[in-house]
Amino acid sequence: MSFRVHVRVMPRTGLLDPQGQAVEHALAALGFPEAGDVRIGRAIELEVSAPSRADAEARVRQMCDKLLANPVTEDYLLQVEEA
Amino acid sequence: MLKVAVVRFPGSNCDFDTLHAAERAGTDAYFVWHRDAQLQGADVVLLPGGFSYGDYLRSGAIARFSPVMQAVQRHAADGGPVLGICNGFQILCEAHLLPGALMRNAGLTFVSKPVDVVVERTATVFTSGYAADARLRLPVAHGDGRFAAADDTLRMLEAEGRVVLRYVPATEGSPLQPNPNGSANHIAGICNAAGTVVGIMPHPERISDPTQGLPDGLEFFTSMAAWQPRPSSTLSTPNR
Repeated sequence: MSFRVHVRVMPRTGLLDPQGQAVEHALAALGFPEAGDVRIGRAIELEVSAPSRADAEARVRQMCDKLLANPVTEDYLLQVEEA
Repeated sequence: MLKVAVVRFPGSNCDFDTLHAAERAGTDAYFVWHRDAQLQGADVVLLPGGFSYGDYLRSGAIARFSPVMQAVQRHAADGGPVLGICNGFQILCEAHLLPGALMRNAGLTFVSKPVDVVVERTATVFTSGYAADARLRLPVAHGDGRFAAADDTLRMLEAEGRVVLRYVPATEGSPLQPNPNGSANHIAGICNAAGTVVGIMPHPERISDPTQGLPDGLEFFTSMAAWQPRPSSTLSTPNR
């Protein structure tokens, strides 16, 4: 089976995210003062062949732990759909 | 003569400066390509600065998986010295040869200028020639130089005396901007427990020629040249 996996990699909560801060300030300057706690991460999409949804998720978790996310500074979320 | 491999990745751009600095210190230095699986009998490995693999994904993240880095991992595991400069430091962290990570500069801008640093650990292969607490003025040039690590990792690095270089704090009256990137504990460079694997953000190779006046960076390379491959040394004792 083929699965489309959406990976969301975000800077770990509590770590300084200067990009998020800069965008938050820009939003305020543009007239959106209600925007707060802006954080900027990365979205990765990939297709995975696997016998089951659980297998696909387990493989992509390994990919995240080894390459797609840095375990020191980032957390990730997965969303798996049948392709 | 000490054999020194300077690893070139696609996107390395401090490779020639690093090679020349190693040669100037009196070593037999040569290039090794990222696809090479061997280090050609190197005693020491230097990972130069630059933008390996375009800094795709994260600085140093892709380089970690190149064939040559498997050889560098084995070299380091056998106690072989490795110095990572700038992008080389980022690669060492991504490869888990050093703890922590280097994140986007707190000020978001690429910073290219001289900074003042203190040599806090001289018990390493690359800083043994400096006086304890020597103050150096070295160039930095990076966008991702903010050292970050878990609190317990930072405490461990401090307790074990593994901070090799630290940016001079503003309170000590450096005329240069202190801590150019927001690094935790003002850390500019660290080492492994044995002092054989060292990662630093400043570029000593860029100020290692006597024609530059006071070449503050030269001693990284002359320290290396003076290192004796065998028998095993007593570098594990911190000097502070």
